[in-house]
Amino acid sequence: MCGIAGIVDLKGSGATPSREALVRMAGALNHRGPDEHGLYRDAQAGFAHARLSIIDLASGQQPLSNDDGTLWIVFNGEIFNYLELRAELSELGHRFRTRSDTEVIVHAYEAWGDDAFARMNGQWALALWDSARRRLVLSRDRMGVRPLYLCEHGSRLYFASEVKAIFAADASIPRAFDPVGLDQTFTFWSIVPPQSVYAGVHELQPGYVRVYENGGMSERPYWRPRFPVGADGLFEGSLDDAVIAVRSALEQATALRMLRADVPVGSYLSGGLDSSLVAALGRAVAGERFQTFSLRFADAEYDETPFQRTMVRKLGSIHHEIVVGRRDIAQVFPDVIYHTERPVLRTAPAPLFLLSRLVAQTGIKVVLTGEGADEVFAGYDLFREAKVRRFWARQPQSEKRPRLLERLYPYLARSPVAQQAMTRRFFGRGLSDFARPGFAHAPRWQTTSAVKRLFSGEMRDALAGSDATARFIDSLPREFSSWAPLAQDQYIETRTLLAGYILASQGDRMLMAHSVEGRFPFLDKDVVALANSLPAAYKLRVLDEKHVVKKAASGLVPADIIARPKQPYRAPDALSFVGDDVPEYVSELLSERAVSGAGVFDAKAVAQLLKKCTAASASGTPLSNSDNMALVGVLSTQLVHHQYVAGRPRAAQTVHFRTDVDRTESGKAA
Amino acid sequence: MTIAAKIRGYIRESFLFGSDQKLSDEDSLLDAGVIDSTGAMELVSFLESEFRVDVSDQDLVPENLDSVAAMTAFVTRKLASQ
Repeated sequence: MCGIAGIVDLKGSGATPSREALVRMAGALNHRGPDEHGLYRDAQAGFAHARLSIIDLASGQQPLSNDDGTLWIVFNGEIFNYLELRAELSELGHRFRTRSDTEVIVHAYEAWGDDAFARMNGQWALALWDSARRRLVLSRDRMGVRPLYLCEHGSRLYFASEVKAIFAADASIPRAFDPVGLDQTFTFWSIVPPQSVYAGVHELQPGYVRVYENGGMSERPYWRPRFPVGADGLFEGSLDDAVIAVRSALEQATALRMLRADVPVGSYLSGGLDSSLVAALGRAVAGERFQTFSLRFADAEYDETPFQRTMVRKLGSIHHEIVVGRRDIAQVFPDVIYHTERPVLRTAPAPLFLLSRLVAQTGIKVVLTGEGADEVFAGYDLFREAKVRRFWARQPQSEKRPRLLERLYPYLARSPVAQQAMTRRFFGRGLSDFARPGFAHAPRWQTTSAVKRLFSGEMRDALAGSDATARFIDSLPREFSSWAPLAQDQYIETRTLLAGYILASQGDRMLMAHSVEGRFPFLDKDVVALANSLPAAYKLRVLDEKHVVKKAASGLVPADIIARPKQPYRAPDALSFVGDDVPEYVSELLSERAVSGAGVFDAKAVAQLLKKCTAASASGTPLSNSDNMALVGVLSTQLVHHQYVAGRPRAAQTVHFRTDVDRTESGKAA
Repeated sequence: MTIAAKIRGYIRESFLFGSDQKLSDEDSLLDAGVIDSTGAMELVSFLESEFRVDVSDQDLVPENLDSVAAMTAFVTRKLASQ
């Protein structure tokens, strides 16, 4: 696990990458890889690497090359099946100098070219420089676990694990918001790759390989999500068969993630089904001395301590925990946004930032998490809500069908009968569109879009005629409409939220902020392929979410954790930022001057919002979902602007390159 | 200020945050995305405190709350009967 960066002169026109720029890029990524640094440079391409040593501690340094030194790689991540690939390549006559997975990629590329990536099971972002052919290859894992940002500036391509390294490379690279990225953020909760929130910066899409050669660029997906069409591609077997298959696939995925590391691997433990199952499978591999890590909340509404304790007793793990309160969230939020590099609508990343710090303090470098289970096995309430709304849409006059919503949102059953009428009206909007793509997500997108009412006049002008939802729907694959409704909903959820938010702002960026690598058994390529092939009813059985996973967890996870209603991971949102003892930066960044300066939001509207949230906090009135998202969204946008648009990223630390291959004339001279 | 004007002003200030989004008195607040599923309670608190009307459970229906016109008619009726 590491940080990677590079600069390539795309036209070979003599714009040799600057060594100082590569140093700054490596320095900006130091948190991702504090153990060792490396550099490669020739007249046309330069790579920098910051290493977090996990596999082959002694000889896995990067950049690394093939035998004759013509092919160079920088790589962030893990190839979990590298031993299997290495055996295959050895049969083909390849000889290896190191025990690292990095070297396996180099040989795999030599043997199979761009088709090598489809053979890899892992989480990666990498760049290969084929200096003989002057060919640059960039690739990213299927689900988007590891990040890769790109920026073409002048005749050069800059790439890096995080945008901050690109901005650090060269002061002349423009740093401005891209209104389209903000429009997406305030519609879907996140940008949708390849979009970013910065003009001129993009991310490589998950599952893609991109090639620059002969002055041109081409890219293609080496993998794309597939779901059954009718009986084609459908899992053939009973529910019981599926339970066995899922358990076995998860066991294998977890074992690979436990064993393919030369350092101890621990686990996050939220108290929910997914992380409990992953921890149980991890513990089975690790034996004694398995370490687990939990977040507790001072606000009882978000806290899951009793379930965590139950699971720790079952595991017999060495357990660590921290308690997070509202002020902790407010305190670390600027650092959190330094790492997300993009606005967020929830504070949920902040506690995870504190949790990875705890992990680092205990000396653990790698943790398993349950992330991905809700996307892959249909755990979110949104999937259940959509199922009820589709069922209701077939009989819109029915009084009984909408009452199923009470099963999802028990607070509805407790609220006054007539209040339910308003809620029904809310969920009943657009019922006649039940066959249209995006039907399931429409209520969420519409609620989120309310934040855009606070946009400034300039933002509205910039976005006039642009429609984030329509553009996204247009980008859906041709086969989309032939999938089952649940598969369609899962696909959209994955495209809009998994890579852009869950794995980025809540995942990689929070983990790597403290040099901790996350591993995600539910996102293993074989687990995903199996899950996608299952009939919808195995995943969402009537309204029982993740049904097949619950059955697979039986015996490994205590029954009361399996049976408990799903608790979405949430943290205190807007209320973290109002009240008496809030850190000073909040009022500074939300001031009329700062808001007008950033230009994204209307200063008067923000003042109004802040007044409303402050009054609600003082009187103890609950804030609506929209207002919570609005305040967190505005504040995080202001923080991004302050740190990355108005300001340049913090001065990079000096780095010492353990690997230093400089083939330029000036490099040779030095 | 008329009842309708007060309600309009409140919606603009507290839900539209002063934006110039077009909203007619008849437009559904739910359809226009002005209030979300949790927003109805805020409307009710406003009507109760601003106009001193008692809003019962039975009154909490879209017919009374889902537009400026609906709320105006509802408050007018309530005040007449109190």
